[in-house]
Amino acid sequence: MMEYAIEMNHIVLQFGEKEVLKGIDLKVQRGEIFGLLGPSGAGKTTLIKILTGQLCQTGGEAVLLGRDTKHAQNIHRRLGMMMDNFGLYERLSVSDNLKLFASIYGVSHKKMDEALKKVGLYKDKKCAAMKLSKGMRSRLSLARAVMAEPDALFLDEPTSGLDPATAAEIHQLIQKEQERGATIFLTTHNMEEAHKLCNHVALLNEGKIVEYGEPEEVCRRYNHQNKLQIRLYGGKQIELPNNKMAADKMKKYLEEEAVETIHSTEPSLETVFMELTGRSFD
Amino acid sequence: MRNVAAIFQKQIKDTFKNKEILIQFVMFPLMAVIMENLIHVEGLPRNYFVNMFSSMFVGMAPLVSIAAVISEEKEKNTLRVLMMSGVKPAEYLLGVGSYIWLACMAGALIMGMTGKYKGRELAVFLMVMGVGILASMLIGAAIGTLSRNQMMATSLMVPVMMVFAFLPMLAGFNDSIKKIARVAYSEQIGILIGRVGDFQIGVENVGVILGNMVVAGLVFRYAYRKCGLA
Repeated sequence: MMEYAIEMNHIVLQFGEKEVLKGIDLKVQRGEIFGLLGPSGAGKTTLIKILTGQLCQTGGEAVLLGRDTKHAQNIHRRLGMMMDNFGLYERLSVSDNLKLFASIYGVSHKKMDEALKKVGLYKDKKCAAMKLSKGMRSRLSLARAVMAEPDALFLDEPTSGLDPATAAEIHQLIQKEQERGATIFLTTHNMEEAHKLCNHVALLNEGKIVEYGEPEEVCRRYNHQNKLQIRLYGGKQIELPNNKMAADKMKKYLEEEAVETIHSTEPSLETVFMELTGRSFD
Repeated sequence: MRNVAAIFQKQIKDTFKNKEILIQFVMFPLMAVIMENLIHVEGLPRNYFVNMFSSMFVGMAPLVSIAAVISEEKEKNTLRVLMMSGVKPAEYLLGVGSYIWLACMAGALIMGMTGKYKGRELAVFLMVMGVGILASMLIGAAIGTLSRNQMMATSLMVPVMMVFAFLPMLAGFNDSIKKIARVAYSEQIGILIGRVGDFQIGVENVGVILGNMVVAGLVFRYAYRKCGLA
């Protein structure tokens, strides 16, 4: 039997007349990286708030690590959380920010230092949080989330606004957490990030899950064209159908060593999303 | 208790780097020390400046400090992170509240020593100050909880603080104000501080202070239910 870290059964959330979440059904396996994708205002952060017990749904049932999220306060110590605005004590130093949570979690200072080394902030431990760059603040927030080795990590837009190098460092840290065995639930509107990191993704739009699956499987599902794009030396571009009718032509180009690149035409996650919703991620 | 101690320690570290809060704890005790020692006017009652600044300190420092701390934590989402780490609202309030109470009591001790209160007098002075500080903290906690951010907290706390901190002083100059001021806990605290040498406590003093605390507690309960701590 498959073990799930997160199960959501027909989650509905209403604010007055407005229905923010419209019957969300989702399952996240233990130890996987799950990506919830969608444009700003789609309901991603709201769903995280329900899962972590910060908000109570109007209808449906959400189970996190085997417990109903309405009683999530009992499992907070098994959760790590990285918010989009970090939630750091600006005037306190890097190490004092972590010391507070080390005391709360009952984590030793040795483990706290290990977390700082892991995110590359050990040498900046005396620096005030307000003096850190956005990338460093992001890493500090991640160090705080992973310090107690949680069973589930919630990362809300973990690389939003970061340069590619810093984002890549964050990705590595997230993958290390998965290797340790943590279940990771991340929200993003960065499709490349989702494709690279996630075992499964769900596309959320206007409070509904409009697609779910492995990133590549989702893209393949929307490969309506099913063609091969070939670029020859000299710049000429050719599109061939992806079937045996094109085999002779392909063979000819390959024998002539004329092929510079070959690509299949399956769409990106972003294209799939635009096809499904008629909106972009911006 | 571990969480309360952790928040208490965080608050100590933060206060030394937070001039806005630090000045609340230091300003009135410092003014009392300076004025009491430098200004000697014939006919002024004993400990005039100490008593006046003490009641102003009670009405201002604890109220402003706790409202500022809670509203800043709400605005910057640190309070939500704490709650998400398993800290209970009561633990947070106890950690921050005990720190602010003790910091204000340190100021009260300085003021008491400046007034040359000793033994029983000093104990009574500190007890009266302690109760007043607690009442102010309840009002400040309600304002902090009701506010989404620091700006909202400031716009709520300033008029409330002005009323409670300055009523006792203004009551000394005007009989009409004195009549109105009697329903304010800070005026009753001021009256009790003035009687420290020959301490007597009446039904009106206790009733008004307790009544103010009950109202502040109800406002805090309403704020907590409406907005939550995080």
